[in-house]
Amino acid sequence: MDITWYLVLSAFIFAIGAAGVMSRRNPLVVLLCLELMLNAGNLALIAFSRMHGGEAGQVFALIVMVIAACEVVIGLGIIVAMYRRRLPIDVDEMSELRG
Amino acid sequence: MWFEQVLFFLAAIGALAGALGVVVLRNPFYSVLALVAHLVALAVLFLLLHAEFLAAAQVVVYAGAVMVLYIFVVAYIGGSDEPLRPEGGAVAVFGPIFAAAVGIELCIAFIASGLDALDTTGADVGAGFGSPEAIGQMLLTRFLVPFEAASYLLLVAAVGAVVLARRRRGLEA
Amino acid sequence: MSATGYGWLVLAFPVAGMLIVSLGWRVLPGRLPGWIASAAILGSFLASLGMLDTVDAESHVDSAWTYVATADTRAGLSILVDPLSVFMCLVVSGVSFLIHVYSVAYMGSDRGYARYFAYLNYFVFSMLLLVLAANFLILIIGWAFVGAASYLLISYWYRRTTATYAGIKAFVMNVIGDVGLVVAAFLLLNETGALDYAGVFAGAEEVFAPDDPTLVAACLLILVGAFAKSAQLPLHTWLPDAMEGPTPVSALIHAATMVTAGVYLIARMFPLFELAPTAADISAVIGTATLLFAATVALVVTDLKRVIAYSTISQIGYMVLGVSVAAYGAGLFHLMTHAFFKALLFMGAGSVIGAMAGIQDLDRMGGFRKAMPFTFITFAIGALALAAFPLTSGFFSKDEILSYAIERGQGFVVLAVVGYLAAFLTAFYAFRMVFRVFTGDPVPEARELEGGHVAHGEPVNPMTGELEDTDVGFPGPEHHVAERSWPMKAAMGPLALLALIGGVVGVPGLTDTLEHFLEPTFEDSRYADVHPSAGTEWAELGIGGVISLSAIALAYVMFVRRRGITLRLRDRFAAVHNFLAHKWYFDELYDALFVRPFTGAGSFGRRVIETDFVQGFIVGGATGVVRAGTSFARAIQTGYLRAYALLLLLGVGGIALYFLLASS
Repeated sequence: MDITWYLVLSAFIFAIGAAGVMSRRNPLVVLLCLELMLNAGNLALIAFSRMHGGEAGQVFALIVMVIAACEVVIGLGIIVAMYRRRLPIDVDEMSELRG
Repeated sequence: MWFEQVLFFLAAIGALAGALGVVVLRNPFYSVLALVAHLVALAVLFLLLHAEFLAAAQVVVYAGAVMVLYIFVVAYIGGSDEPLRPEGGAVAVFGPIFAAAVGIELCIAFIASGLDALDTTGADVGAGFGSPEAIGQMLLTRFLVPFEAASYLLLVAAVGAVVLARRRRGLEA
Repeated sequence: MSATGYGWLVLAFPVAGMLIVSLGWRVLPGRLPGWIASAAILGSFLASLGMLDTVDAESHVDSAWTYVATADTRAGLSILVDPLSVFMCLVVSGVSFLIHVYSVAYMGSDRGYARYFAYLNYFVFSMLLLVLAANFLILIIGWAFVGAASYLLISYWYRRTTATYAGIKAFVMNVIGDVGLVVAAFLLLNETGALDYAGVFAGAEEVFAPDDPTLVAACLLILVGAFAKSAQLPLHTWLPDAMEGPTPVSALIHAATMVTAGVYLIARMFPLFELAPTAADISAVIGTATLLFAATVALVVTDLKRVIAYSTISQIGYMVLGVSVAAYGAGLFHLMTHAFFKALLFMGAGSVIGAMAGIQDLDRMGGFRKAMPFTFITFAIGALALAAFPLTSGFFSKDEILSYAIERGQGFVVLAVVGYLAAFLTAFYAFRMVFRVFTGDPVPEARELEGGHVAHGEPVNPMTGELEDTDVGFPGPEHHVAERSWPMKAAMGPLALLALIGGVVGVPGLTDTLEHFLEPTFEDSRYADVHPSAGTEWAELGIGGVISLSAIALAYVMFVRRRGITLRLRDRFAAVHNFLAHKWYFDELYDALFVRPFTGAGSFGRRVIETDFVQGFIVGGATGVVRAGTSFARAIQTGYLRAYALLLLLGVGGIALYFLLASS
């Protein structure tokens, strides 16, 4: 398949992830949609790496995976802390940065 | 060749379906499962792109470890089927529209780009392309610093998670 | 010592007195500030006698410090010693000394005793500076100082709102006069290039033709200054209100000295006025109109001090008439005799008001003859002189002015006839005062005084009747009567004597001492030879005497014999009485013409321009724009995660769109 197909697929997955971030209120699901966007980026990186024939893109994608894991860890830690303090698990309720 | 194309389309449809499932499904547990399916489909796509090691890492690390972590948290929190109030607001209406617009924009950028190489199936690569050997070689020579930085980042994340989730004495159970 | 040396001494003594009293009042016990101030003025009077001794026919100018010296003009602190200024210094310092002595007793219990004498000395210094000035610069300085002293002394009892309003009114009207005088000085400086009198007079002769419009304008502006200071029409409304000040202040400033500054000014500027006869004629007409107006109002006013105030306005009208028809000697003679008998009348009024415990209303006074014999006699002498009773000082001075006016002929005869008419009214109201206060049944206060102690009531404002106290800013608790304080008697005695025999310096045909003394100053006058013959003068004096006697007789009939007749007349002619009692509605006219438009403009400025426009529109507009901008910027910080995510996405999409478009 042409590389273009992979890239178009990556764009679609990215768009779906972005739509999910903006339309869901449960922070767990928002983090999952963030994962979608990251994976879309990974796919694009690997597609380009295949296009160029160098493995730099794949290494980059590996590092992105590492970062995604870290981010998930911290994000889930925050959500667990929220749950522990009996705060509502809802991104719209967390609006103390207002103003 | 036709095998490759069929596999591509199957994996692509699986990936899209998983993505849509993440966004649309109301129960967060189901969303996590949809993401797992999406990750597996993506691993198939990686294989098609000669990124074997990464495909394996994706399945083992991402789908295996990170998603299991996710499921633990979802079980702990107890995600409910229905949210407290309906998902809504101006952002929820305009957001997907703008996201679709960005997606179409990116597609236009890819399709109408001047890079000729995009129309091929890629450069000629040897047999060891994307093997663990090749990735390891890169990690330890050319990309040593990012590698070390990433491991450091993992350490920080682990410490941070412990700090965030520990019990404060006497505050709550 | 030379004449100008004495001149500097005359000025130095009041300054010294003022400084000692005002700086050392804490350490000076009891009545010492009063005696120090009086001693200072006595020193000034003795120095004036020294000047009298050494003055000769020339005018001497001495300059202490040159303020400005350009190619054309020199001006500085210079004094002029000539017969006119010596005469004025003698009158001012002499009468001031007696009033100081009177005040030592009269203001005895006032809490602001030292402040009073400091102000009084400051006033005498300013007045002497004014009359000794040798150029317009010092004249204007003295003019302004005198106005300031008048303000300070009118509102001396500063916690009385009526007094402070009166002080402001007097000061504002004086400032109008100051402006006229300053502009006149500018005009003359512009045309003649000099500020000193000699230079201006000489220059005026060369530069101006008779009745030159600029000169007439300058003379009219000088008249504005003179009329504001001397309370002539139309700038007279401040003087009756100035009676809010203590009675010695009324005696000194508003009878004997300050208000005569206008007459002095016209006399000093006689070369200019003779060169612009239009201005001199206007001055004569206004003086005559004033003297008739004030005499009519004095017939009906019921406050004792205000009757005397209107009498002052009227008598100054005579003086203005005198110096405007070039009868300089006669006008200044009347100035001197008026100072004597008017100060005496005010002192007597002060004594009566003291007996009445601060009440000044004529309607409540009566029968004080037995209780206050000394006051009665001196007051009656003053009234006789005011009424121009034959052979008193006022007789010779007032009727001499009228005879000079007749001698000038033409329209001036009409003015003289009006003057005789007003003389009748003058004599009438003078004895209205005497008979109402001293004859008839004694009022309770008089009975108390006969019994042996001065009446004592609640301290009230004599005009409005509202209750006061006796602390600083209000009159003191004690009231002083001449019979019981020797300083008051010591001051009133000499004045009574002078009011009786002071005419001896101006008996026509026999002495004419004053005229001869003043001759050197006025020898350049065109009318120096216009002189009624002795016989004519005695005839006109005779007419005046007859008028005076008949008016006194009429007053006797109406106020002693048939006591209720004035009340019935008042009811019959109620409209006329109201018109006169409201002082011909001048105050209401000025209120409508000037006060209301100005206060209306002021409140318009505050309300619309300041509050609405500047505060609301300009200030509020600027801050409003900033505030709107910032609140718009604040609206973006919603705190919602999803909104921020949307913004991020929009940003990314925007950048991608840009690059897409840029590369196509």
